Order: sequence, then structure tokens, then C-alpha cells
Amino acid sequence: MTYAPFKDWENDGRKGAPRGGLTSNLKNQIIMAVIKLDKVSKIYDAGKIPVQALDQVNLEIERGEFTAIVGPSGSGKTTLLNIIGGLDRPSSGDIEVGGVDVDQLSDNKLIDFRKDHIGFVFQSYNLIPVLTALENVEFVMLLQKRSRKERLERARELLQAVGLEDKMDKRPSELSGGQQQRVAVARALAPKPSFILADEPTANLDSTSAGNLLDIMAKLNAQEGITFVFSTHDPRVIERARRVVTLVDGAIASDVRKSEPVQ
Amino acid sequence: MLFRLAWRNIWRNKRRTFITLASILFAVLFASLMESLQKGAWNNMINNIVTFHMGYIQVHQKGYWDEQTLDYAYPLEPAITKTLGLKGVEDALPRLESFALASTGSNTMGVMVTGIEPEGENAMTRIKSRLTAGKFLQENSKGALIAAGIAENLKLGIGDTLLLIGQGYHGVNAAGKYPVEGIVKYPSPDLNRLLVFLPLKEAQWFYGAEGMITSLVIRPTSPKAIVKAQNSLKSVFPSDAYEVMDWKALLPDLLEAKKFDSAGNVIVYFILYTIIAFGLFGTILMMLRERQYEFGLLVAIGMKRRRLGAVVFLEVVLLGLVGALAGIVASMPLVGYFKVNPIQFSGGYSEMMEKFGFEPIFPAEFSFRIFFMQAVIIFVLTALLALFPFRRIRRLKVVEAMRS
Ligand SMILES: Nc1ncnc2c1ncn2[C@@H]1O[C@H](COP(=O)(O)OP(=O)(O)O)[C@@H](O)[C@H]1O
Ligand SMILES: [Mg+2]
Repeated sequence: MTYAPFKDWENDGRKGAPRGGLTSNLKNQIIMAVIKLDKVSKIYDAGKIPVQALDQVNLEIERGEFTAIVGPSGSGKTTLLNIIGGLDRPSSGDIEVGGVDVDQLSDNKLIDFRKDHIGFVFQSYNLIPVLTALENVEFVMLLQKRSRKERLERARELLQAVGLEDKMDKRPSELSGGQQQRVAVARALAPKPSFILADEPTANLDSTSAGNLLDIMAKLNAQEGITFVFSTHDPRVIERARRVVTLVDGAIASDVRKSEPVQ
Repeated sequence: MLFRLAWRNIWRNKRRTFITLASILFAVLFASLMESLQKGAWNNMINNIVTFHMGYIQVHQKGYWDEQTLDYAYPLEPAITKTLGLKGVEDALPRLESFALASTGSNTMGVMVTGIEPEGENAMTRIKSRLTAGKFLQENSKGALIAAGIAENLKLGIGDTLLLIGQGYHGVNAAGKYPVEGIVKYPSPDLNRLLVFLPLKEAQWFYGAEGMITSLVIRPTSPKAIVKAQNSLKSVFPSDAYEVMDWKALLPDLLEAKKFDSAGNVIVYFILYTIIAFGLFGTILMMLRERQYEFGLLVAIGMKRRRLGAVVFLEVVLLGLVGALAGIVASMPLVGYFKVNPIQFSGGYSEMMEKFGFEPIFPAEFSFRIFFMQAVIIFVLTALLALFPFRRIRRLKVVEAMRS
């Protein structure tokens, strides 16, 4: 049985709701790839010397995977996640997210797409400083025009799921770094996205908090089937991944799936 | 929640909010005070001229006011009788006025010799209260009452003889010797160097205009009854033979000058508004830079740029509103203070102002309209500046914003 917060949104005719939602489409597809990158390159040429941040990246990520993007600093992890998340556009190559060619979307459509289909967890400062934990989790659902009741209910359940039921009314500044990242995971889950992108979510955490966060992410993945793509260069975090994609100088150097789930 | 978000953002950087509010408040306060003082000075001057001498309404023979010569004199009777019992008219004072030269032998100056009914005149203009030396005129006095500026210029004291020379009715020569019976001091510098009073009979004799007057000065039942009084007067003084003029028609040059002066002040206001605008713009820029990351985050997780722009707009507009309202509230006691305790100039500056016809006293005009208009102007200015963040947010590059 699926725990309520992880069921798909009912088709409730809500104004502005994703029509023919990504997740429901995917269920009927034989290919389960939720993210598909085909020869994606990214060159930054703002400075004097152009920087090849991504070099012909081919990558498919399937529903339910728990994937780590690893590599040294400057290897292109952030660039890759930004392109998958529709925050940045590739210089060349094709990218499909849930069957949608995100590179073709207008800025406004892309913002809506991110809101409904992608959950983001950044390295730090994920939260709106003037809103409480609960309000932060509610926020994207508010943008989705969900009812107040629905928002509150789901935000509470999600905060409970990340173990913060007693911190709901705290502002980010009153929470520890680890707690803030857990709120960020809850916030990322709130709109019922197709997957969650987390760029070095543990980079600013001590090892206990980092382990804690990974526990929560792994549990959400194992029990609720939430797809996670996260970047890291922390070996202890890499250990927890079930698939490890290694980037070197913007190119994929290795892509290893572990047969045994690590828990 | 957007409102809540905006509201909390406002209180997030208390220092910046306070500085912004204070600068909006002071802008309204300063502009209000400036306008109040300026309007007050003009109104004070006009009020002095109107209530101390000119009156709210005058009735002349048609054409008199343009030329102001005795040729336009008209018989006191039956004109004065016609004013009795008119709606809105409390009283009518006859005057016979014309320019003449006042001399002491060694010094000469141009003055306005005005024949008056002393008691009636006092009832309207309280001229007796301005007496600084000597005594007030009687109906049958043989002397003159002169304004302090004339006494000073011609070095005249009580009992000294004043020589008046001019042109009388229909071109006859007018000349007379009058002992100074009293000296009156006017706060209005113009009146102070102009007025010489004789009893009406004496003036009629001086000008050779027996039984004639040049004006009837009308005292309305109240300043609010001016229009009513004017209308009822017009019904008994037909416009083909008479002119019934209110104080605005009597002082066109002064009103014009007031308008011109206000136009000059537009430059000062413009400078003030520009300074304020730059200050506010600076704070807005600083705020936009500080919150760059946050804006990037919000757009990343799915907030439309327009919506985010609206929140920031709301923040600035709320500040503008609160600041402008506070400005109104702060203006009231300040302007009120300067109304009760007018700014008084002294020394060289006061002399200069007297030369320009201003009493060197600035009682502020207390008018809610002034505060309100200034508050509206500054608020609109703030609201216009608040549009700038839209542009910034529209151009925001999410990835770059979040790298900072
Ligand atoms: N906006 C940018 N402009 C220029 N160079 C950039 C930009 N973003 C990233 N880079 C460069 O691209 C490369 C990859 O960066 P990034 O994706 O941030 O790597 P990682 O996240 O693995 O540390 C680096 O050499 C970095 O300096
Ligand atoms: Mg990075």
C-alpha cells in the first residue's frame, strides 16, 4: 500500500494542474526512462577561454532509481543536474524529461514544468528565510493552486516523513543544517514531482546529519519508489547509491549499477 | 501567502526598512512643510491686504479699477442706500481714494490719500488697533492719520505738518496742509508705505469732490458669504454702470505672482523628488542584489517571474504607503507648530523681503490637502520605482543568480 503523500495527485480538475501529467503518462510507457540525455554538451564561453563543462553526455535514468553523480569538483556535476532540471540549457544534444523535450519549452512553460515535475534540493539555502518549515513545504503547492486544506495536510505528512513533525513552525534560521536539508527534501516532494534532483545535498552537513539525510532519501526511494538523482563527492554517500555515474572533465567515465541494494 | 511573504520580507532587514520608511517620511514632511510655508506666506500677505484695507468686495463706477483716477468718482447717495438690507451684505464703507504726493518740504513720496468714515472703517479693518502714536480720526478731524512707513520716510511725528499735493476731481488742483494726528503700523510693508487717511468730508474737500466717493467697500456677513453678497450687489448695481469686484478680481497681479512663485518652486520640488528617487532606487538595487540567490531559488522551484516581481513590488509599495501615511501624520504637528509660531525673519533678510512686499513672517498654512497631495506624489514616485524589480527579475538568470 502506498502512503498517502506519495500517491499521485488525484485528477481533481484543479486550475493550472499539469494536464496529462507526466507521471501518469509514464506508467503506460514501456521504456521507463524518466530522464534521457543524448550527446549533451555544455560549453561556457563567457570568459576568455571557453570551458567545456559537459562533453557528449549520454545518460538514461529510470523511474525508481537512486543514482549518484560523482566526480571531483569542477567535473560538471552541477551543470549536468542544472540541465536535467531545466535550469540551464545545453549547448548541443537532446534532452527529454518524462517524454518532454524541455529544451523546446518557453521560459514560462519551463517554470511550470519544474514546479510540477521536478523536486530540487540544493547544497544549502534551500528555504525561503521568512517562511516557517511548514510554509516552505506548502509554498510550491500554493503555486500549484492547491487548496489550503490539501496543502496543510500534505505539508504536515511530509515533514513527519522526514522526522520534523516537531519543527513545523520554525523558521530556517532556527533549524540546524541537517534539519534544513530535510525540510528541503519535504519541500521537493510536495508537488509530487517525477523525480528529485539534489546537488551535493550533504556537502555542508556533518557526517551524522549527512547519514541521517541519506537514510531518509534511501527510505523514500525504497518504500515509496521516489526517483533520486544526487551529486556528491563524499565516499560515504557514494556508498549508499544503487547506481553511480562518474564524471571526469564533463564526460561520463563510468556508470555502475549495484545489484544489491545498499541499505 | 504572497502578501504574507511580502510583509515578512519587509521586516526581514529592519534597518533597511527603517531607512526607507524614514526617507519617504522625511520627503513628505519636507515637501509639506515647504509648501505650507510658501502658501502660508502668500495667503498671509493676501489676507493682510484684504482684511487690513482692501476688503473682500468693492463697488466702483465701471472702469475705475483699471485706471484708479478720481474721474470715476460717483455720488455717495443713493449708492450707499442701495446696499442696505442686501443678502450677504453686513455693511458698506464709503471711500474716496486717489494718489497724491506727500511732502515735508525736504522729502517727498507718493501715497494713497484715502477718505474714510473713521468709525465704520474701524469696525471693518480694526484700524484703531494699529495705532502706534497719537489718536484716531474723528468724523470732523482736520488732521491726517498716516502709516508708519510714511512717518519714518518723511520723518514725521505727531503734530508735524504733512503737505499733500495732487490732482483733484475733474483736473482741479488739490493741495492741503494737515497736522499728523496719529500713526498706524501695518504688518504688510506695501500698505505701510502707502496709506494716508483723512475723514471722508476732508478728503472730498481736498479733492474738490463734494459728496463723491470712488469705492464702496463691502463687508460680507461672513467670508463664506462673498459670492452671495456679490450676487445681490450686482442686482442693484447694474454692470453697465458699475463694477462689483471680489478680492480675487481686485488683486489679479498678486494672484498671478503667487502662481508664478509656485511654478518656480516646482524646480525645488523636482530636485527634492529626484534626491528621494535616487535614494530609494539605491535601496531597491541593494535589496535586489542581496536577494539574488533567493530569487533564483524561487524561480527554480517554480515561481513565475511575474509573480515574484509582484511580491517585490508589493513590498516596496507597502513601504511607500506606510512611509507616506507616516509623513502625513508627522507633517501635522510640525506644520501646526509653524502655524502657531510663525517663522520670523530679522535683519537684512527681513528688509529684503519687505522690499518684495512680504511681511517678514511666515505663518504656515495648515491644510490637509497639502499633506495629502505631497504624500500621494511621493507614494506614486515609490510605486513607479517599484516597477524596476520586475525588469530585473524578468532578466534574472537562475543558474547565475544561484552561483553567487
Ligand atoms: N556559469 C559558468 N560560467 C563559466 N564557467 C562555468 C559556469 N558554471 C560552471 N562553469 C565551469 O564548468 C565546469 C563545471 O562546473 P560544475 O558543473 O559546477 O562542476 P561541479 O559541480 O562538478 O563542481 C567548471 O570548470 C566550472 O568552472
Ligand atoms: Mg557543483
